[in-house]
Amino acid sequence: MSAAEDLGYQEKTHELKWVGKNVTRTDGVDKVTGRAQFGADLIMPGMLFGAVLRSPHAHAKINGIDTSKAEALKGVKAVICRDDFADQPSEMIQVGELSVNIRDVIRNVMAREKAMYDGHAIAAVAATTAAIARKALKLIEVDYEVLPHVIDVEEAMKPDAPLLNEDMFTDGVDPKPDKPSNIAKRLEIKLGDVEAGFADADVVIEREYRTRPVHQGYIEPHACVASYTEDGQGEVWASTPGHFLVRAITARLCGMDVSKVKATASEIGGGFGGKNIVYLEPLAMALSRKCGRPVKMAMHRNEVFRATGPTSGSHMKVKIGAKRDGKITAGWAELMFQAGAFPGSPVFPAAMCAYACYDLENVLVIGWDVIANRPKTTAYRAPGAQISAFAVESAMDELARELGIDPIDLRLMNAAKEGTKAAYGPTFGPVGQVESLEAIKNHPNYKIPLGPNQGRGVASGFWFNIGGETSVTMNVNDDGTIALTLGNPDLSGTRTSISVMAAEELGIEPDRIRPTIGDTTSLGFNFISAGSRTTFAVGKATVEASRVVIDEFRARAAATWDIPVEAVVWEDGHARPASSNAGDFEPLSLEDIAREAKKTGGPIAGHVETNVSGAGPSFATEAVDIEVDPETGHIKVLRFTAAQDAGKAIQPNFVEGQYQGAAVQGIGWALNEEYIYDDKGRLENPGFLDYRMPVASDLPMIDAVIVEVPNPNHPYGVRGIGETSIVPVMAAMANALEDATDVRINELPLSPPRVLKALNEKNGG
Amino acid sequence: MASDRVNWNGSDVITMRYEAPETMEAAVELLSSDEGARVLAGGTDLLVQLRAEMIEPSLVVDVKRIAAMREITKENDGIRVGAAVAGAELGEHEEFKATWPGVLEAFELIGSTQIQGRATMGGNLCNASPAADSVPAMIAAGATATILGPGGQRDVPVEDIAIGPGQTSLDKGELVTSFFFPKPAARTGDAYLRFIPRTEMDIAVVGAGICLTLDDSDICKAARVSLGAVAARALVVDEAADALIGTPVDEAALAKLAEAASAAAKPIDDKRGTKEFRIQVMGVMARRTAEIALARAKAN
Ligand SMILES: Cc1cc2nc3c(=O)[nH]c(=O)nc-3n(C[C@H](O)[C@H](O)[C@H](O)COP(=O)(O)OP(=O)(O)OC[C@H]3O[C@@H](n4cnc5c(N)ncnc54)[C@H](O)[C@@H]3O)c2cc1C
Repeated sequence: MSAAEDLGYQEKTHELKWVGKNVTRTDGVDKVTGRAQFGADLIMPGMLFGAVLRSPHAHAKINGIDTSKAEALKGVKAVICRDDFADQPSEMIQVGELSVNIRDVIRNVMAREKAMYDGHAIAAVAATTAAIARKALKLIEVDYEVLPHVIDVEEAMKPDAPLLNEDMFTDGVDPKPDKPSNIAKRLEIKLGDVEAGFADADVVIEREYRTRPVHQGYIEPHACVASYTEDGQGEVWASTPGHFLVRAITARLCGMDVSKVKATASEIGGGFGGKNIVYLEPLAMALSRKCGRPVKMAMHRNEVFRATGPTSGSHMKVKIGAKRDGKITAGWAELMFQAGAFPGSPVFPAAMCAYACYDLENVLVIGWDVIANRPKTTAYRAPGAQISAFAVESAMDELARELGIDPIDLRLMNAAKEGTKAAYGPTFGPVGQVESLEAIKNHPNYKIPLGPNQGRGVASGFWFNIGGETSVTMNVNDDGTIALTLGNPDLSGTRTSISVMAAEELGIEPDRIRPTIGDTTSLGFNFISAGSRTTFAVGKATVEASRVVIDEFRARAAATWDIPVEAVVWEDGHARPASSNAGDFEPLSLEDIAREAKKTGGPIAGHVETNVSGAGPSFATEAVDIEVDPETGHIKVLRFTAAQDAGKAIQPNFVEGQYQGAAVQGIGWALNEEYIYDDKGRLENPGFLDYRMPVASDLPMIDAVIVEVPNPNHPYGVRGIGETSIVPVMAAMANALEDATDVRINELPLSPPRVLKALNEKNGG
Repeated sequence: MASDRVNWNGSDVITMRYEAPETMEAAVELLSSDEGARVLAGGTDLLVQLRAEMIEPSLVVDVKRIAAMREITKENDGIRVGAAVAGAELGEHEEFKATWPGVLEAFELIGSTQIQGRATMGGNLCNASPAADSVPAMIAAGATATILGPGGQRDVPVEDIAIGPGQTSLDKGELVTSFFFPKPAARTGDAYLRFIPRTEMDIAVVGAGICLTLDDSDICKAARVSLGAVAARALVVDEAADALIGTPVDEAALAKLAEAASAAAKPIDDKRGTKEFRIQVMGVMARRTAEIALARAKAN
C-alpha cells in the first residue's frame, strides 16, 4: 500500500468511524459568537477607507473625468480612475465554472470608454474616513454623454437595438455577420437527429419561457483590505471563495508579478458563485499604491445589487416530442441569455444541462449569449442549469399531463442512467437520477392528500460538478495533533468535512485535526471553491496527503522495529506489525511516532499538489406542495421535499443544509425575486426590502433526502452536492401552480400580480 | 450611529449634533432652534435614511428620554399612548390589547422583533409613508394626535397629519407627543390587514383598517374605513363605511364594501405592485378586514 494507490471508491469493509456521522463544525462557535472575521472586519494601522463613484446612467460615453476637486479635499489621500490601469488584451481566463475575458474584467472593474450599466464603477477614492471618501465622490466631475440603453434580452437582440459594443460580431454563426450586434455568441449542443425524432413523435409540446435575472443574495457584501508597500509588495485580504483568483486578477490588472501579491481569504458570508470574480481588490490595491497606506473597501448593499453579478435573465423556447407510451423521441431548445454588459452568460452550461436528466437519442439545444446594459452576470449555484431546467421541466410536466402519465413515472421512463450518452458528450457512469426520482415517489410527502387551492409539482435537475487544481499540506505536530492547511475558502463547512475524511484515514478523533485556510504563499495553487468541488476535490487530495503521512508513520515504525516497511500496517491510529510473522512489537500510536519524530528523521508532513479529476455528476428530484390564495395570487409553500444524489454524505447535516439552502434560493427565484429598472435603466430595488428574497416565515421546513450512489472516482464516493438542488425548484413551483389552479405560467417570477392576472384571465375577468 | 461614520482616527467631519432632552418643552425648543433639526424616536426610519444619505440633519433630537412621551395612561374617556412608546411596550399593555386589537396588530406588523423594540407610532405616522401600517388602523379607531409646538398644544385627527409621501402638516418645531384613543362604544371591533408578497419584513402593497360598531340586533350602526398604500396618504373612505352601516355586514354588504374600497383606491404602478393588482386586492383586503372586525364586535 502506498500513497499512489488508487484513490477511487472502495466499498468499506469496516464501519466508518467519522464519515457519515455529524461532528461539530470547526467554524461553528466563531460564527455563532460573532468572532469570525469577515471581509470588512480587518483593521490595520493607518488604514484608509475607500469608496467607489458609480455611474448613474445605464449607458454613457465618458468624455472626461476631473478628480482635482476631490483630490483637494482634506483627508483624501488618493483618487483613481481608468487612467490608473493599463488596458488588457483580449484573453479568456477561467473563473469557477465560467470563463471571462480579461479585457472585459478590467472594464468591469473600472469603466474605460463607456459606462455600461447603472452602478458601473467610474472612479474610486481613499480617505481618512468613510464619510470623507463619500464626500469626495461628490466632488468628482464626470462628463457623460448619455447613450440609448437596452435592458431586456429580447430587445437587445433586435437589429435596431442600441449597440453596446461596436466591435462585437456574433461568434459561432456562419457566415460571420458583417454588422456588429449585442449577440456575442451562438452555440449548439447536438445529439442524433431531432427532425427525425419529432417526425416519430405522437405528441409534441412546444412552449416559450421567460426568466428574470436574480441575485445570489449573499449576506456579506464584497469587502477587502489591500496594502501596497514602497518595495512593490502587495497584500490583499478579501472575502472570496478563491484567494488565488484574487491574487491572479489583482496582479494582472495592477501590472504586478503574481509573487508580489499575497492574498488571504477572510471568512466568507456566502457567495453562491457571485464572488467568483473580483470588483474591489484591484481598486484597493491601486489606491494603496498611490498613497502608500492600507485601504479598506466594503460595498453597501445597494452597490452589491447595482454592480455585482446576478445570473442571467432569459427567453427560451422548448419543444419536446414523445410517443403515446411516454418515450421521448426528441428534445429541442433555444436559449437566449442576457449576459449583462459583457459577454459570458451561463448559456453554455445551460445548454449542456438542458436535457441531461434524460436518456435521449435526439437533442438539439441552441444558445445565444447576449449583452445588455445591466451588471455583468456571474455564476450562481449551478449556473444556467436552473434556467434551462425551468423551461424543460415545465414542458415535461405539460407532456406528462398531455399523456396522462404521473410526472415521476414519465421521468423514470426516460431517466439518464449508467451508460446514457449525454447530449453534451460524456457517457454517464453510475448516477443517481433513477434513485432520486424513486426517493420522491416513495416519500410520505408525495402521498399526502391535497386540499382546495393546493397543488403539487415535481421536477428534476442535473449539475456536472468539477474537480480542478488542488494543493493540501498536512503537518504532524509533536503532540500527535494535525495542522491541515487547505487552499479553499470554506463556504459550507468544507473544513470540517475534509478534516473528517483525514480523521477517518488517520484513525484519530476529528478534533485533533485543525484545518486552516492558508494564504497564497503557504500552498501551491488552488482553483476556487466553486462547482461543488471542495469536499470532493480537496477531500480527495487530503485523503491522498493522509496516506502520504501514514506511509511515513509506517516507515518510522519499521525503522524503530527494524523490520521492512511492508511488514507494518496502519490501523486505528496505530502502526502495527502486519502479522505475527513480522515480529512481536507493541503498536505505536500516532502520538508515539510524532513524539519521537525528531529522533526518527525529523518532522512528518504530507503534501499533495494535483489536478483532481473524476467529479461525479449529481441529479436531484424535488416535489413541492403549494396553496394559492385565489383572491390575491399569493403562493404559500406548504411542503418541499428535495432528494439529491450526494454520492456519499460525509456530514449528513451539512448536506441537508445545502439541499435546503438551494431549495430556498429557488423558491425566492420562483416567487418574487426580480430586478426592477426605471425607463432610464436605473435599478429601482437595490436592497432586500424590495428585492424580495424569502424570509424564514415564508418557508416550511425543507425535507432533505440524501440519496447515495457512490462516485467511483472518490475514495469515499463523494460527488459535489452544493448546487443541483436549486435546479428543479422553479419548474416544480410552476408545475405545482398549474396543479393547484389549472393556470400555467411560463414566466418568472410567479409573483402575486402575475398569478392574479392569470387567474383573472382564466375566470374570464 | 452607522459604524462607518465612527471617527476612529479622530478627524473631524461629523457636523451632526445629537441631543436627548428630558422634557417635551425642551425638545420643542431645540427643534425650533435649528432649520435642519429632526426628531429621532425609534430611529428605524430615520437611521436608515441617514445611512442611505437621503437626509442630512444638522441636529437630531432624541425623544425617547422624555418620560411623558413613553407613557400609556388611562383617561376617563379613553387611553392615551405616548408617541414614543415602542411596539413591544404597547403589546404588553393588557387593556390596550383588549380594547384596540386592530391598532395593536397593525403596529406589531412593523418590522421584526428587533424593530418592535424601537419603532413607535409617532415615527410611523410622521415618517409619512403612504404604506405605514399603524396609520389606517389609528384612523379607523378615530384616534387623535396631540401636538406640541412653539405656538402651544393642539389636537388633530390622525388622518390630518400625513399629507403626502414624506410630508406632514406639522409646523416647524412641532412634535407629536401622544395619541388619544377614545373609549369605544359597546360592541365595537377593529382590525387591520395588509397585503405583502412575503409574510413579514415587507411594506404594505395595500392595507385596510376598519372599526365597526354593532347594535343589539347585530346591525352595523357605525363604521370607519381607512385604506393604506393606495394613494399619497392613508385614505378615509366614507363610501366604504356606508356600505356597512345599516347592514348585518353580510355577503352583500361585504361585496359593496370591497367595491367601494377598490373604487377609492388610487394607487400608482411601482416596484411594490401594479395599479390593477392593488385596486383588486384592496377590495379583497377590505372585505377580509371587515370580517375580522365583525367577529370582534360580536364578541365584545
Ligand atoms: C427592517 C424594517 C422593517 C420595517 N417594517 C415596517 C412595516 O412592516 N410597516 C411599516 O409601516 N413600517 C415599517 N418600517 C418602518 C419603520 O420601522 C416604522 O415606520 C416605524 O414606526 C418608525 O418609527 P420610529 O420610532 O423608528 O421612527 P423614527 O425613525 O425615529 O422617525 C421617523 C420619522 O418621523 C419623525 N418623528 C418621529 N417621531 C416623531 C414625533 N413624535 N413627532 C414628530 N416627528 C416624529 C422623525 O423625525 C422621522 O422623520 C420598517 C423599518 C425597518 C428598518
